[in-house]
Amino acid sequence: MSVWIPLVAVTAFWLLVGAGGPLLVPSGPNRGIIQTMIVLTAVCCHMFWIIVYLHQLNPLIGPQIPVKTILWIHERWGDAKGELVSK
Amino acid sequence: MRFCQMIVERDAAFSCIAELGKHPYVQFKDLNEEVNPFQRMFVREIRRFDEMERKIRFLESQVRKDGIDIVDIGLDENFEAISHAEINQLETTLADLERDVLHMNESDYQLKKNFLELKEWEAVLEKTDMFFQGGIDDAAIQEIEQQNLDEPGIIMRNDKEPMGFSVGVIKREKVIAFERILWRACRRNAFVRHSEIEEPLENPDTGEKVEKSVFIVFHNSERLKTIIDKVCEGFKAKQFPNCPKTSKERHAAALQVRGRIAEHRTVMTQTQEHRRKVLLAAAANLRHWHKQIRIHKSIYHTMNLFTFDGIGKFFVAECWVPLDDLENVRNSLETGVEKNGGTVRPVLNVLHTDETPPTYNRTNKFTSVFQGIVDSYGIASYLEVNPAPYTIITFPFLFSIMFGDLGHGILMFLAGLYLVLREKNLEQRQIRDEIFNMFFGGRYIILLMGIFSMHAGIIYNDVFAKSFNVFESSWKNPYNYTSLESWHNTSELGKEMMLELPPNVAYQHDIGPYSYGMDPIWNIAENKLNFLNSMKMKLSVIVGITQMTFGVILSLQNHRFFKSKIDIYTVFIPQVLFLSCIFIYLCIQIIFKWIFFWVLPGDIFGRYYPGSHCAPSLLIGLINMFMFKDRDPGFAHADGSELPNCYLNQWYPGQSKIEAILVIIAVLSIPVMLFGKPAYIMMQRRKAKRAVADNMNVRINMQTEQTEIGNGSNGFSKVEIDEKPHGSGGGHGGHDDESFGDIMVHQSIHTIEYVLGCVSHTASYLRLWALSLAHAQLSEVLWHMVLVNALNISGTVPGVIALYVIFFFFATMTFAILVLMEGLSAFLHTLRLHWVEFQSKFYLGLGYAFVPFSFKHVLELARESDSS
Repeated sequence: MSVWIPLVAVTAFWLLVGAGGPLLVPSGPNRGIIQTMIVLTAVCCHMFWIIVYLHQLNPLIGPQIPVKTILWIHERWGDAKGELVSK
Repeated sequence: MRFCQMIVERDAAFSCIAELGKHPYVQFKDLNEEVNPFQRMFVREIRRFDEMERKIRFLESQVRKDGIDIVDIGLDENFEAISHAEINQLETTLADLERDVLHMNESDYQLKKNFLELKEWEAVLEKTDMFFQGGIDDAAIQEIEQQNLDEPGIIMRNDKEPMGFSVGVIKREKVIAFERILWRACRRNAFVRHSEIEEPLENPDTGEKVEKSVFIVFHNSERLKTIIDKVCEGFKAKQFPNCPKTSKERHAAALQVRGRIAEHRTVMTQTQEHRRKVLLAAAANLRHWHKQIRIHKSIYHTMNLFTFDGIGKFFVAECWVPLDDLENVRNSLETGVEKNGGTVRPVLNVLHTDETPPTYNRTNKFTSVFQGIVDSYGIASYLEVNPAPYTIITFPFLFSIMFGDLGHGILMFLAGLYLVLREKNLEQRQIRDEIFNMFFGGRYIILLMGIFSMHAGIIYNDVFAKSFNVFESSWKNPYNYTSLESWHNTSELGKEMMLELPPNVAYQHDIGPYSYGMDPIWNIAENKLNFLNSMKMKLSVIVGITQMTFGVILSLQNHRFFKSKIDIYTVFIPQVLFLSCIFIYLCIQIIFKWIFFWVLPGDIFGRYYPGSHCAPSLLIGLINMFMFKDRDPGFAHADGSELPNCYLNQWYPGQSKIEAILVIIAVLSIPVMLFGKPAYIMMQRRKAKRAVADNMNVRINMQTEQTEIGNGSNGFSKVEIDEKPHGSGGGHGGHDDESFGDIMVHQSIHTIEYVLGCVSHTASYLRLWALSLAHAQLSEVLWHMVLVNALNISGTVPGVIALYVIFFFFATMTFAILVLMEGLSAFLHTLRLHWVEFQSKFYLGLGYAFVPFSFKHVLELARESDSS
């Protein structure tokens, strides 16, 4: 469930910027170009974010870490839920 | 852009052009191209102004020689041209000034020469007095007699003649040689003494100070005197033959000369004062005058482009005017005529022409940089889509993918911010350094690149090679504590034991990935590059294909604007089909693989999936798609045992059928692209020929006895074999005169370029990955090999000192290598990606720029050539 929270939040943010931003631009000779800039920024940044997010959604490999660092992770970040591996 | 014809009265022409030059509205066409520049109408006026400019340059050099600063008027926006009467007055003023300054220089020179002579004379008198007072004549006589006694050979001395002496002045450096030569020449019969003049005297020719000495030579015969004279001539020593022999006379002469020197001094200082005053007054106005002269000269140059109608006494000019500015041009013409007090109204006619108009893209200070980037590749063809507005954002975006580091991004952003906020001040200073001007001209690009790089740095989670953990990392420790302890204790010293955190237990699948950007755990992982490379490669490919698709869609805009349906059907649609069937299909595959495939076994699309070793290989899948290779459906047999090479099998039902269809569609679109348009054009031509043929009549011209063929409505023309009738088919301009072979070649080049380009450009976008990898690795090297060494030192004081010193190296290398060098490199690659990969999908770039006549432009060019 909480997989969707960042997805919806960030998408909504960039949607707001990309669709609402152009409405807020004051009229003047540069209106069109500022609107283009805002929409392009929203599209590019959102695309960048969602590619990185999707890539990490289902990782096929895991990080290889020295044991000392894993001990540190155990202390600072905590353990995984469920049964712990004891090879 | 409209082609206009301007008709102005001869008298009013000057003020009209003066009005038009204030704004960049009009580009004049040269109507007198075949006329020699020396035969044009206003050659005399231009020569006059050249003369005035020469005078100004002369005055400037004189002013600078005196060390006076010329007041720079800077970039003021007033381009008002002064009247003819004032210009005439300026001419006389300049002539007067030049004459005065030359005069003053001449008299200055004379004064200096006289002064030098007087000073030398004074020194000679003084020193001679000194010599004689020291009893030199007795000593001289004695010595020469001594010589004669020693060498009775040549009798140089004539007893009857008295002892004579010569005095003169010679440069100090030549004295020793002078003495030696004299001694040898007079066979040791001359007695020389010299004394230095303390004060260095100014040489009027060169203006530098020279040190001189006074010498006195005693001789006792005329022959010796001639020898001495010749030697003096050789050494350029100046003799003073009028030196009085008696002390009293010398004293009187000395007093006189001193008086004259004092007088001379006052005259010289007065003339210097006068000259300085004149030059100061001139210096205050020099720049204004120069600007006015340049403005007037440019007006006459422009008027040289017009044709003059001698009968009605008016000028005809042809020019290009942007449509929006037509009204402004009319108003300017009216104002010009009004100012002149003329009665005849100027005429501005819009003409029709077949010439391609120049391309004019209006820019402000922000957009001009991006327009410049696009224009460097080629000016846009008239009225085609301008990629510059999109470049404003896509350029910094692609740059940031390659440069993504929050720390370096902040540095670049701050640099850009400084240049932008201090714009006015920096412009006023008119700094001439080229490299600074390059950076200053690109200040908006640098600012935008900095902002986007900061965002990319946040997404790559990379700050000077370290990561932030703002949201909680999604990876936790999956191992039992006691096991960890035992592994830690048993691992050998120096050889750390590595463990992989398996994703199925360590990664919190239900919580999901790190909310914004890369998870910080990858920064401390040994196999970080495996994961990161895979991500960046897929990112590059998706971004690249998106940009290329965007380019193709822009070409659709071009086709719609130029109303060429044939292009839409035979060029655009096959292009899109080719691109989407292969490359957009690849992107969709990437996204599906991300969403559906994980490490845990399960059912995917109705098939059993044993685990991550069976996750489909997309690259080999693409190759197999093209080769129509037979692949097993699914990853496992019906009983659950795995198929060999399960990562090469089909991973969704119906895959081989769908892929076959896609490949066939893509391949079929190639001949459509190749032959579609030429076939259409050929059909159009045949239709046009037939239409002409239906209307043709033949008749015999009784007078010339020749057969004439003509169309019904058009005139008749003499029959000629192989005449190509002009058809009305083919909507594109310029295709009527191309032969069919040319069109075919043109189209095949276009097709091959597109098809091969799709593949090669997609691979080319992988440079986004390559450069970002290089950047990240360089950054990491600076951390591991430079800064960490300072932080590892134990003890406060040595640690602080080491950190202070090493940080200097770290900062210098970060700025020079990572920000400047990598920045330039990423800039260059982004430029290439835009010019080649993006613009080749739609951009023609065959236009020429609109260069309007404006004083601002003229003055800027002149200013640039001044400083170079």
